[in-house]
Formats: sequence, structure tokens, C-alpha cells
Amino acid sequence: MIFTQQWVREWLDTPLEADALIHQLTMAGLEVDASGPVAAAFSGIIVAEVTDVMPHPDADKLRVCQVSDGTQVVQVVCGAPNVRAGMRVPYAIIGAELPGETPDKPFRIKKAKLRGMDSNGMLCSAAELGMADASDGLLELPGDAPVGQNVRDYLLLDDRFFELDLTPNRGDCLSIRGLAREIATLNELKFRELINSKVDATIADTFPVTIAAPAACTRYLGRVIRDVNVAATTPVWMQEKLRRCGLRSIDPVVDVTNYVLLELGQPMHAFDLDQLQQGIVVRLAEDNDSITLLDGKTVKPDVDTLLITDATGPLALAGIMGGENSGVSTQTRHVFLECACFDALAIAGRARKYGLHTDSSHRYERGVDYQLQALAMERATELLLQIAGGKAGPVTEQTGQLPARTEVKLRPAYLASVLGLGFSDDEIISILNRLGISLVSRSEDELMFDIPSFRFDISIEADLIEEIARVHGYDQLPVTRPAIRMQMPDESEALVPVQRVRERLVTLGYQQVITYSFVEPGLMAQVQVLPEPVALRNPISADMSVMRTSLWPGLLATLQHNINRQQTRVRLFETGQVFLRDSDPQSQQIRQPERIAGLIYGSRFPREWAQGRDPVDFYDVKGDVENLLQLGAILDQCRFEPASHQALHAGQCAAVMHKGVQIGLLGALDPRLQRALDISSSVFMFELDLAAMCVAMVPAFSPLSRYPEVSRDLALIVDQQVPVADIEAQLRELAGENLVELRIFDVYQGDNVGINKKSVALGLTWQHPSRTLGDDDVNVIIERCVKGLEDKFNAKLRK
Amino acid sequence: MTDTSTLLETALQAIEASSEERALEQLRVDYLGKKGQLTDLLKGLGKLPAEQRPAAGETINETKRKIQAAIETRRQLLVEQSLAAQLAAETVDVSLPGRRQAAGGLHPVSRTVERIRSLFQSAGYSVAEGPEIEDDYHNFEALNIPGHHPARAMHDTFYIADAISAAGAADTSVAGASGSGGSAVGNGMSWVLRTHTSPVQVRVMEQGQPPFRMICPGRVYRCDSDLTHTPMFHQVEGLLIDEEVSFADLKGTLEEFLRAFFEADLAVRFRPSYFPFTEPSAEVDMSCVMCSGKGCRVCKHTGWLEVLGCGMVHPKVLESSGIDSKRYRGFAFGMGVERLAMLRYGVNDLRLFFENDLKFLRQFN
Repeated sequence: MIFTQQWVREWLDTPLEADALIHQLTMAGLEVDASGPVAAAFSGIIVAEVTDVMPHPDADKLRVCQVSDGTQVVQVVCGAPNVRAGMRVPYAIIGAELPGETPDKPFRIKKAKLRGMDSNGMLCSAAELGMADASDGLLELPGDAPVGQNVRDYLLLDDRFFELDLTPNRGDCLSIRGLAREIATLNELKFRELINSKVDATIADTFPVTIAAPAACTRYLGRVIRDVNVAATTPVWMQEKLRRCGLRSIDPVVDVTNYVLLELGQPMHAFDLDQLQQGIVVRLAEDNDSITLLDGKTVKPDVDTLLITDATGPLALAGIMGGENSGVSTQTRHVFLECACFDALAIAGRARKYGLHTDSSHRYERGVDYQLQALAMERATELLLQIAGGKAGPVTEQTGQLPARTEVKLRPAYLASVLGLGFSDDEIISILNRLGISLVSRSEDELMFDIPSFRFDISIEADLIEEIARVHGYDQLPVTRPAIRMQMPDESEALVPVQRVRERLVTLGYQQVITYSFVEPGLMAQVQVLPEPVALRNPISADMSVMRTSLWPGLLATLQHNINRQQTRVRLFETGQVFLRDSDPQSQQIRQPERIAGLIYGSRFPREWAQGRDPVDFYDVKGDVENLLQLGAILDQCRFEPASHQALHAGQCAAVMHKGVQIGLLGALDPRLQRALDISSSVFMFELDLAAMCVAMVPAFSPLSRYPEVSRDLALIVDQQVPVADIEAQLRELAGENLVELRIFDVYQGDNVGINKKSVALGLTWQHPSRTLGDDDVNVIIERCVKGLEDKFNAKLRK
Repeated sequence: MTDTSTLLETALQAIEASSEERALEQLRVDYLGKKGQLTDLLKGLGKLPAEQRPAAGETINETKRKIQAAIETRRQLLVEQSLAAQLAAETVDVSLPGRRQAAGGLHPVSRTVERIRSLFQSAGYSVAEGPEIEDDYHNFEALNIPGHHPARAMHDTFYIADAISAAGAADTSVAGASGSGGSAVGNGMSWVLRTHTSPVQVRVMEQGQPPFRMICPGRVYRCDSDLTHTPMFHQVEGLLIDEEVSFADLKGTLEEFLRAFFEADLAVRFRPSYFPFTEPSAEVDMSCVMCSGKGCRVCKHTGWLEVLGCGMVHPKVLESSGIDSKRYRGFAFGMGVERLAMLRYGVNDLRLFFENDLKFLRQFN
């Protein structure tokens, strides 16, 4: 909503100093987004009349004009296509200053010769005066503009505009009248009604109207106006007001309806009476309805859309936009004016549905005062008759389900407790009175108020409390700190806080990243085809159109981004939700588990004088995963099993199993995918279910033994494909309850162990809780172990 | 007794000349050992007349003590010298970098969320999280934003293409009380990427009993992308519900938070605003941290920065979640994490947060 200082001043007897007004409105919840002068700074420009126009002897596009400033006639050369004898235009005299390229360098008009012809000054366009962004000719002033008068004074250009960013609840401020009322309230001024038009009918013509959707159309006023001169020129004062508020002058009829919209906040529509058949019916759209709108677009309205129709079909999308065929054109002689109230809910969202947003829909969606129509109709008639002549018929009125007048109670004690500040009954009543809200009754602890029809946003006690707080000033309300009941949080020790997981990865050299939850479908499919990702109906772009089912696409894209910026060593992690469709296509359920994923690339350690020559491999990423699983001490309960995944290397892929449930995957990026992504060396990745990996064992003490440990090493030769973890598991079973440590300290494959064989060296340590273990004890165990491993894995002791 | 004096002199010269601990040990054996020269002399004492023995013995012992002392002195010197040589040989260049895994770091948004979380947790707030694909009810309806409410235009919403029936409400978790998930919702609902984290508050209120004090950090989504908007960003929303809560408490809480977060006594102002889920509603401006309120590009020359939205929870929102609005009331507030991070760390381009350029991220390590 744009308004101007002068227009509001007409309503209020106050100087409205700009900065103070901006601050006041902003602090009252009407945020001022922008403000500025309505025209550029200029001087020496007066109203002049062009008395004669001759072609320039040496230039096709220039004309030689005789211009009268009221005292003398001078010659001015002009290039504007619309210059003609008899027109009145802004004339910059010799010595005038126009806006230049920078504010401190005005453009000064001097006597000049143009292609050999003397030119004494300049005739100006609107753009040259800073009143428009572009112009295609001279600014034509009305024929009665007083020749010789300063244009700045004539057009009242010492004015400012203010652009408000109104919140959706303040539809009542979407007009000059509404704003004037608000400003009066804030300044404790009396609001006086300026408009009280009344135009009596001089003809008896009416046009029938039926409301077939009474909940949606609460009131419909119509009026026939015959013999309107649509070729009349809208007066400059009206054109200027429209322009300053952001509307273009079109023709007198449209200008008048727009003017009333700005002045009173009432959207109106004018039909060409000759185009209407039989009668107006206001109804909801039906299946086969179709309408071509004023902007040339054809829409097939949905059944929840309210239409203005006649016997031939839809004439307008009610409250949004009129139709192309029924509107006022240059041929129009007779006009049917519509001034209606549509229920906000019947209009809200509809314009957006058809890709439209109009000044009318903007107001109806926020609510229009259902008592305003009669006044607006009289005002519009008055203005139209003034400008374009014509004879008005009587106003017809149909009503639908008009809203009931609301009364809202307010308990001063409750108000005091909500705001932390008490107000006396008199203060409350005074503030609300200024807002047009009047007391209807009172009891000992309750005041009852009548809410005016223009404040449809007020319906409950909290709304009145906000009004009082707002007018009193939020900054004038006290500041306290809440007294809260102490309560210890429920913080389970059996859960690892995610902060610790992140800190651990940071310590391990990983950089946290945050990538978009929507990813490019192609990359998503390269990493993981199933489950099929959830797609967005209205993605911001094709490369952000599906919801990730894994964190890996984001990490891989981030890796590529950084490799392209000369990074040679990258370690990344991310935590976040993934979005998984249920495997059963019937169920259509979506799970959104939280995941943690990481990626390493480049050298194991930062490349420096003492380290960093070795590239990362599978056991680096596995070690980091193990490290994470140690946070909750569940590593011992986990197994790493060979697995497969489309994004991972077939021979370097493991599933992380915790008590038989897969909680994650890790491995090398599949070399094919690595090549497809144009990544030059190996990438290793992991992804874990965050909730599953954050399970923690609460420590349980076991007594310390005072007796010495005994250690033995075992070197075994087994088939290459025997997983060492299986040997380890078997050994733990065989080595007895006093085994306190088992370590794999060497794995070797090579000529001296035989083809397809490997040597595995294990260190075992025992300790007895209540006695010293002797060689005899251990020898028995070792024998049992060797025998057991030979039976199970055909393992031979290495000689 | 020239024997002893000559012997002493020879011994002292030999000791002085020895350059290794081993040679010194040999000299000790030669002179003082069981078969050493002084031992021999002592053994020869018996051959002297009885009256000469004490004096002669004393002379020999005196010589022995002198040799012993000389050897000990020399030994200490040699030990010192050899240690000094070892230290010199083992001296390293302490300026070379250590052997280590270079630590990574948290993303600045994460770091900022952590800071906010830590401040509010210290004040007794719990942390709740919830699903990012939300149903229309929790994202809008329950927050007093019905179907055609103009406020929906303020939220450029991403919609899910297919008709799915239930989000992972079971993944909603309140810190320390995992699995307290909401129930699945019926078919035919439309699903959105949540436009704010308020639905998490609704879910927590539906499941629990007042009083509530919580913050809900998380990713939110709006269908908007330009210089100052990314289609995904982070919010922390807070909620306090109790029996006697006032707007003055809200003002105090947020002023205190801004002071603590920015570690500065900034001017703070509350302006009336509108959110469907609060009444009264306010927007909170603070004095520009870049120019101290003098006016600069960051604050668009107003001296003020809009940093928070807040208000007293609308009674309809409480009632939708099954809370008796006659007995309980409260306040809610919300903040954009990226905006706070930009102001706190002086980042001048929002989009940097999601490019994840390591050169950017490492500035926050």
C-alpha cells in the first residue's frame, strides 16, 4: 500500500513530518518499507502554452515551436512526437535546473541552437521531471492549467510517498481513509469523515441482480449510469494521486473506480451495460465455465471460485478481475457499476490459484468493510458524473448472509496479567474509543466492546489486548524475566548426545557440511535407486527436485565442488534426515530417520614434512566408524559383514551390524561411479543410522585382579577368504573366561605362506581374578585353541 | 715415602688425561682395586716397623682418598660432557609442525545452533525435533493458518508431489525422551516441507502436559531463491507455556537472549506485527551490530536489524493442541539461524552457507 503525505493531510489537520511519521507507523505495526519524494528536485519550470508548431527545416524529428509563458512568446525546438499547437506543457525557462546524473549536479537549461534554430528553454516530459521512469512524449497539462504558474506549485509536487508493508490482518489500512483513521488514533487526533457524497437518481433505470451464493457474496450494490463520456480526460489532480500511489490513468471510469479503491478501500467494477444480458447472477463456478479476463488470459474456474455472470455466462472472477468482453471500452456509452462485499474466505487464495494478484483481490482477501458499499457507490457516482457526465439511476442493493456485529469482552485484570502492566478502565476505554471500538456494557470485572465493521481482525480478547499494547506502545511495556519452576531434564545416559558424535568426527579431522535436503534426481539415482525418492510438486529447479534417501549425494557433490577448487584432501560429514518411502507401494508411508554420513578422500594425514604420503583406504574409514561406535561402547556388540551397495566397491563394502540389525554401511566409492563423477582417486564413505549408533552402554564396574597377566602369541596360516573376525570370534569362545585381551597384530600374504593363504598373528592375554595363572594353565588353553581353529578353519600353526 | 707421592702424581695425571668413563674405571681398578697399586702398598705395611706403620698407613690412605676424589670429579665431568653431547645431537627444530590428524570443524550454522541451544538449555529449556516432511495440519491448520489464509502467501511452501499418508512422526524426538512420536495421520492430507519448526511445538504439546519450555531447532524450507533467500534454511523456535506468563516476560527473555548471544548490550525494540499463531505479535529489532545503530548497508541505513519474530501464543493454537487456554498461556519466538550467524561472524553472503566451500567452512574451525 502506497500513500502520500498530501492525501492523508487532506483528512488530518497535522503536519505529518516524514521521519516522525515513518517511526510512528513502524512502531505501531505498520512497517514503512520505502519513502521518497514524488518528483525530482527541479526549479524554473512553468506552465506554458504551445501556440504554434512548424517543422524544423533541417531535421525530420524536430519541430520548431512558439511557446507562450503568459507574458511573452519564445521559440523552443522540441523533439517530442506529441507536441501540438494549443497544448499546455511544463516549460523549463532559461536558467531552469532539472535533475542531472547525480543529485549535486543539476542539469541547467541554457539558450541553444539546435540544427541552426534558436531554442529558448525546453518542453518537458514526465520522466524529465522525475515523475515517471520513462515517457514517450511531453507531459500534457490540462487545458485550464494557468499559463505562467510554477509547475511544482500547480501539480503540488512538494509531496512524499510512503510504501507500507502491511500485515495481512490490517486490511482496514488499505485505504487513505483507513490510514487517516489509524494515524488519528496514534496522534490522539479526532478522525473526521471527509466523504459524505450523495447523488440522487435522475433516471429510473436499474439492472437486475441475484445473489445465488449468499455466504460468499454478502452484499451487492448496482447502479446504472447512462450517457457516460468515456473519452473525457481524467483531471490532473486525480491522475497525479493515482500515479503517486502506483496506478496508471486509463479512462475516466476505470480511474474513478481505482480512485475510490485507494480512497476508501472499496474495490469496484464497471461493466459496459450494453454487453450485459438479462441480469447479473453472483454464483459459484460450474464445471463448464470459462472466462477470458481483462489481461487476455482465459481461465476455467474451479467450483470454489465465485463468479459474476449473466445469461451468457461468466463476466468476471468476483473480487479478482473482470472479463475482457464486458468491461468498459472506448465504445461504451452506458455503465453498470458494481460495488460489492465478498466474504474474505470466498476470495482468499483464488487469485493465486490463477496466477493473479490484483488490488481488488488483495483487499477482499484481507476483508472489506461490509458497511462501506453505499458510501463508495455514492462517491464513485459523484466523481464519475463530475468527470464524464451522465445520468445516474437509483442504487439497487441485494444482500447475502451479512456478518453479525461482534462484541468482544475484555477483563482488565487479565489484560494486566498478560501484558505485565495494568490499565485503568478509563484508559482502556479511551484507547479503544480512538480505534472506533466502543463500550457497550460493563460489569465488575469485565468490559464488553462493540467491534466496528472495518476491524474484522478483532474477534477475541487477545485481539483487544494487542490493540491496547500497540497503541500504548510495545516499547512502553515493562520488561521482566519469567520465574520458572525448576525441573531437571530427563537425560538418559544410554544415549550418546549427537553433539559428542559431531565433536568426535571433528577431532578425527572431518569438516561438517550442510547440504540441501533436495537433490538432483540423476545423482540420487547414481547413488541409490531404491527406495524411489519422494519428489517435490513445485521444486525450485530440476536439480533440487527430489528428497534425498541418503546423505551421500550431498557429500559427493560437495567433494566435487571442493576438488574443483584445488582441494586435494577432503574429509566431510553431515547429519540430517533422509526421506524413505515404504517398500510396500500400497502403504505410501514415509520414514524420516536421522543419519550421519562421512566421506574421506586424499591422504590419510595432512601432507606435511613428517606425514601424509599414504592415501586413505578402507581401514581408515572403518577405523573412524569404530571410533564412533566406541562413543557408546557398543563396538564390541557390532560386526562388520561383507555387503553390497550400488554406490560402493563390490570388494570393499561392509554392513555394520549391531545385535543382528544393520545400522549402517561403509566402503569405497564404486570405481565406475568415481569415474562418472570425474574424481581422480579413491573415496571412502560411511553412513549410519544416528539413533542406532547413539545407543550407549551405561558402564558397570567389575573388580580388578591383583594377579599378573600372562600373554601368548599365535601365528596361524588359513585360507585367504576366512574372515579374521570369524577366527577372532572362535578364539574368544575357546580361550576361556579369563581372556582379557585379544589383538590381531599381523596379517600377511605372500610367497612364504603359500598361494591363497594368509598368516594371521594374534596376541592373547589372560588374567585370573584370584590366582596367578601358570604355564600349565595357559598351555592347556592354547592347545584347545589350536585344535579348535584347525577343526573349524583348517588353520595351521605357523612354524 | 717417595713411592706414594710419585704414585699420586702419576695417578692424577692419568686421571686428568682419561677421556672416557671406561678408561677412568680402569684407572680406579689399577690404583684402588683389590689388586691395585695402593692396595699393594697397604698390604706392604706389615713389613714396616710397628712405629712407622700408622704414619705410613695414613699417607697411603690419604693418597687413596685423593685418587678416589679425583676419579669421582673426573667421572662427573665426563658424564656431564657426554650428556651435553647427546643433547646437542638430539636437538630438534621445535618450529616444525607436529605429527597429527588436523582437526575438522562444525559448520557455522551448526555452531550457531549449538550456541543458541546451550544458552536456552542453561535457562531450563529442552530441545525438541521433528519431521521435515510435515502434514498440512501440523504446519498450518494447528497453527491457526487455515486453507486460504493470506498468511499462507507469506510462506512459499514446497509441496510433496505424491499423496503419501504419513510422515515419520515417529521420528519426532524430545531430547531425553526419544520415541515420543506423534501418531500417523489419515489419508488425503497434503504434505509439505515444513515452512517453520512450529509444527514440532504442536507435536510436543499434543503429547505432553504444561508447563512447556522448549526450543525447536531445525531445517525449514521456503520456495524462494535469490541473493537473500535460500530454499532451505534453519530456524530455532522457542515456546514457553505456563500459568502466569506475560508479554513482559517475553520481552525480558529475548532481550536477555540477544545480550547473551551477541555478548553486547544492544538496544532492542519490539514492534507490533502479525503472525496467525500469536496475539499480540511482535517483531524484534536490535541495534545494528555492524554500525552500532549509526546506519549502514547491512541495516539499510535504519540503524536497526530485524532479528526475531515473537508473540503470546494464540488461544486457538493452545486449544488445537489440547491445552486449556483459560488456565495456561505462553509465548513463542522464532529466529533465523543463518541471519544470526551472518551478523555474529560478519558473513556477507547467505548462499556461502550451502556451497560448503572448505575455504569458507574452515574459517569457523
